[in-house]
Amino acid sequence: MAELLEIRNLRIEATIWPPGEAARDVPIVDDISFTLARGKVIGLIGESGAGKSTIGLAALGYGRGGVRITGGEVRLDGQDILSLGRGGLRSVRGARVAYVAQSAAAAFNPAHRIGDQVIEAAIRHGILDRAAARRRAAHLFEVLGLPDPERFGARYPHQVSGGQLQRAMTAMALLPGPELVVFDEPTTALDVTTQIDVLAAIKAAIAETGTAAIYVTHDLAVVAQVADDIMVLRQGRMVEHGPAEKIITDPEAAYTRRLVTVRTAEGAEAEDQSDRLLDIDGVTARYGELTVLSDVTMHLPRGQTLAVVGESGSGKSTLARVVTGLLPPAGGRVFYRGRPLPPALRHRTRDDLRAIQMISQMADTAMNPRHTVAQIIGRPLRFYFGLRSRRRRDRVAELLHQIELDPSLAHRYPAELSGGQKQRVAIARALAAEPEIILCDEPTSALDPLVADGILKLLLRLQAETGTSYLFITHDIAIVRAIADSVAVLHRGRVVRFGPKREVLAPPFDDYTDLLLESVPELRTGWLESVLRTRRMGSAGH
Amino acid sequence: MAEPRKGRASGIGGIVTARISGGPVRSLRARYPLLVLLGQRIALSAGLLLAVSLMIFLGVEALPGDFAQTYLGQSATPQAVANIRAELGLDQPAVSRYLDWLGGVLRGDFGQSWASRLSVSDQIAGRLGNTLFLAFCAAIVAVPLAVGLGMLSVLYRDRFADRFINVLSLGAISLPEFFVGYLLILVFGIQLGWVSFPSTVYAGMPFGARLQAVALPVATLVLVVLAHMMRMTRAAILNVMSQAYIETAELKGLSAMRIIAHHAAPNALAPIINVVALNLAYLVVGVVVVEVVFVYPGMGQYMVDAVSVRDMPVVQACGLIFASVYIVLNMVADILGILANPRLRHPR
Amino acid sequence: MTARGIPVGAWIGLAGVGLALVCAAFAPWLAPYGESEIVGDIWQPVGGDFVLGTDNIGRDLLSRMIYGARTTIFVAMAATLLSFSLGTLLSFTAAVLRGWPDQALSRLNDLMMSIPTLIFALVVLAVLPQEMWILILVMAVLDSTRVFRLGRAVAVDIAVMDFVEAARLRGEGTVWIIFREILPNALTPLLAEFGLRFAFSILFLSTLSFLGLGIQPPAADWGGMVRDNKDGIIFGIPAALIPGAAIAVLTVSINLVVDWLSNRTASLKGGRS
Repeated sequence: MAELLEIRNLRIEATIWPPGEAARDVPIVDDISFTLARGKVIGLIGESGAGKSTIGLAALGYGRGGVRITGGEVRLDGQDILSLGRGGLRSVRGARVAYVAQSAAAAFNPAHRIGDQVIEAAIRHGILDRAAARRRAAHLFEVLGLPDPERFGARYPHQVSGGQLQRAMTAMALLPGPELVVFDEPTTALDVTTQIDVLAAIKAAIAETGTAAIYVTHDLAVVAQVADDIMVLRQGRMVEHGPAEKIITDPEAAYTRRLVTVRTAEGAEAEDQSDRLLDIDGVTARYGELTVLSDVTMHLPRGQTLAVVGESGSGKSTLARVVTGLLPPAGGRVFYRGRPLPPALRHRTRDDLRAIQMISQMADTAMNPRHTVAQIIGRPLRFYFGLRSRRRRDRVAELLHQIELDPSLAHRYPAELSGGQKQRVAIARALAAEPEIILCDEPTSALDPLVADGILKLLLRLQAETGTSYLFITHDIAIVRAIADSVAVLHRGRVVRFGPKREVLAPPFDDYTDLLLESVPELRTGWLESVLRTRRMGSAGH
Repeated sequence: MAEPRKGRASGIGGIVTARISGGPVRSLRARYPLLVLLGQRIALSAGLLLAVSLMIFLGVEALPGDFAQTYLGQSATPQAVANIRAELGLDQPAVSRYLDWLGGVLRGDFGQSWASRLSVSDQIAGRLGNTLFLAFCAAIVAVPLAVGLGMLSVLYRDRFADRFINVLSLGAISLPEFFVGYLLILVFGIQLGWVSFPSTVYAGMPFGARLQAVALPVATLVLVVLAHMMRMTRAAILNVMSQAYIETAELKGLSAMRIIAHHAAPNALAPIINVVALNLAYLVVGVVVVEVVFVYPGMGQYMVDAVSVRDMPVVQACGLIFASVYIVLNMVADILGILANPRLRHPR
Repeated sequence: MTARGIPVGAWIGLAGVGLALVCAAFAPWLAPYGESEIVGDIWQPVGGDFVLGTDNIGRDLLSRMIYGARTTIFVAMAATLLSFSLGTLLSFTAAVLRGWPDQALSRLNDLMMSIPTLIFALVVLAVLPQEMWILILVMAVLDSTRVFRLGRAVAVDIAVMDFVEAARLRGEGTVWIIFREILPNALTPLLAEFGLRFAFSILFLSTLSFLGLGIQPPAADWGGMVRDNKDGIIFGIPAALIPGAAIAVLTVSINLVVDWLSNRTASLKGGRS
């Protein structure tokens, strides 16, 4: 059978300007080859910097942000599109090969109606006339599960939700009837409960139109639902390539095996949860008129981990701001060791502040780029304990050792560290205050899975050593399973479920927790279908 | 002067992101966000105008020393000083004088010049026309030229034409108006003798002669304002061209023309309009120096003369008019920016 | 960064600024004649007995140019330094404190900026006595509104960063936050702005002097020298253009240096230009 797409020895380079040196070209993608048959889906998977999006875009003969395709061939139906020239490429893009971007919100032009943008390519390429294109758009909107498909196209991009825009972008790509669609992390920016619907819609639309697809993502469980084949990439090179089922059940490369097994840990939970260190009692919080938290009650036992789980907009980060005193609550109180904490930061004593430390999501911005690691970790030592010169230096070295970093890093600036190293330094800074509680606000969500795994293990080890309690905010159920003793599920500013982990994560569920838990992709093929089947049965039963 | 002008921090963004809240206002805002925003912006300008009038008045009020004394000289008798104070109304309390002045201003009466004892309004009427004529001519030439060059610069980005325009405009930004003006006079007025100097205009002057008279001042203003407007236009278009939706259009296989006309232009319009309005506001001020250089009978020259003899009613009147034009043009820039925003034209 | 890495434009800029600074620093030793010494006939041509000729009352133009560099650069620098100290301090305070101090300062700043700088200066200088320190003060206050706007924007951007929040959570005071957390990160954009403001101050001072409201005679400054010699233009005498060109060359030089410095820091941040 003739292959639709054949990529051979692809090499892509970018020019970098290292400070103080001459500009030079570095390869971003090197020696990548694969083929894709009509109607098949290949998943490209890897961590950030693996070059997976770059390869996806190369299928359209496009280099983003000045990267150049410098070697190899991209053959579509036997023809090398890299040799087509500008006009020839234009006739391929949008007509025979289409693209779905990660952020549909940015990819839609705010000045035009969604419908006009969706049908534009088909009309411009002379594939359909306007009326036919509109009919097909309405049909695709329906397949993709968009509300009111006949009139959806009359809206402007800012008038619909992110999940809807992502589906509209899929409709835009599929409308001209392309032979190949490149999906570039189409569900990454979405909440987990939205992701499952969009994923199902994309899969249905691919099946309906019979197009082939390249599906780019960092999430192995997601790609396992849609791809026939999977290629694992690392730093621009291929690690492993094979049928999806084989890659996830029987990977050959050590790197793939680590990707497959990461975050499947299930941590035990503490038995005795009666010694309450932090009590959040009936907290309500507002930004202006907008109520973000209403009547939130939960508690954190000493030496344990309370995971607060919720999607974007659930108010989980606001809860952290209330606990730290950055946002005084409109109602309710926070008790520390049974004593009410002053609501506002400026009324808290230095010892109160020392006792509750925080680690935030973006280690990049959490550290002053003009301070060295030694200054960053040393400041709490000086500020809370008055440690100076020699004693402070020794303690910084000790802390660096504790977070498994080389003491020679003390004189580096944050920009010279990797993402994982930065987050470790942030942890050391929190530890330096010798806190009772560390508030962890999604500390691993910006990190690649293997790095994130290392951070979680470090946090667990430190808890075992120091007895520090964690209030751990996350959207990721897998993390909750791995580290939590007790769990609070937040939905639209309310606690829908709170208790020991084994109770919260076991049936009978409330509707939201049920939805949340079943929406988390599982690393097995056919998971998506089984969930959808269960749902249909559930709704039929009602 | 070439002040580095950037987008105003407190511009459209600040107003647009103002939190939508509050009981009965809420429904109004939710239903007609555009009208509410425009109303707010106009009210802000009105408030600013009032505050500026107060500041200009108080500025004069805070004078060190007695103005009647200065006005008559050190040798004046106390009686003469008292007479002049009464005549100028300086013996009244400040509040009532401000209200009188403001009332007069609203009726178009700016009082009486201390130097000539003539009505300030009569003096200004003709001169304001001359100044606006000059600024208008400069705008007619500068705006299309700047926007065109800006687009050209984007089209040939990082190629020779772009770099050349960039270097020239960096130079032009640094040139003082009076240097450009005198250079043009020396070359075109004196050595080549193409145009007359000084640039006198008078009532009833034929239109053609009038155009010839303003040719050099207009050329000076255009040179001074062009570089800024062009650089800002270029930056505005480049900003739009770097958006993700332009990449989407490119990946749809659309032609460069289609991408620029259909996808970039509607979004670049608002920032470009903003750039133009800001520079027009600047033009109105740049006119002051150019008028002095060319001895052109406009408001700017009138104001500078009044400042050197400390003829306060004239200074106040001119200051208020210049500030008003500036404020109104800034308001127009913001309003056009708001109107061009699809999020506000098509609320949820 | 080696000398070879500096582009031609930056070299021209550095040379221009350097020359002006040398003239300003060593004026009495460099100038062949005194600042207001009448040495010959009026408007003698360039290249005769006097290198740049003489001015409208027969003073040596070269000597006045050299002394003019001193006055112009001194006043502009003083005004810029003052405007920067004032603008940065107030803007950082506003950005860190937020709440009503921020509101009050920002609204006042909006009000001052709603009047064009030159018009504002004209109104104020019409009222105040003509003294050099008053001129510097007026220029500084008017200019500080621009510094305030930039400084506040920069500081607000930094103040919402997580590391500033971390400092607040630690319990650090306002002074620490301004000087240790925000200032080091704001220095780069502010330094570029300092160059631009200095160039603008030179142009602004020259404009005021040209209008007869800046430096008062007989002291020499470049804008005032244009005014002194402007009547010669009608007779084809280019004496007014020489100080005008000096102003242009100095501001172009400063802009070239600033352009180079800001490009350099941009590439240091790893920007792929």
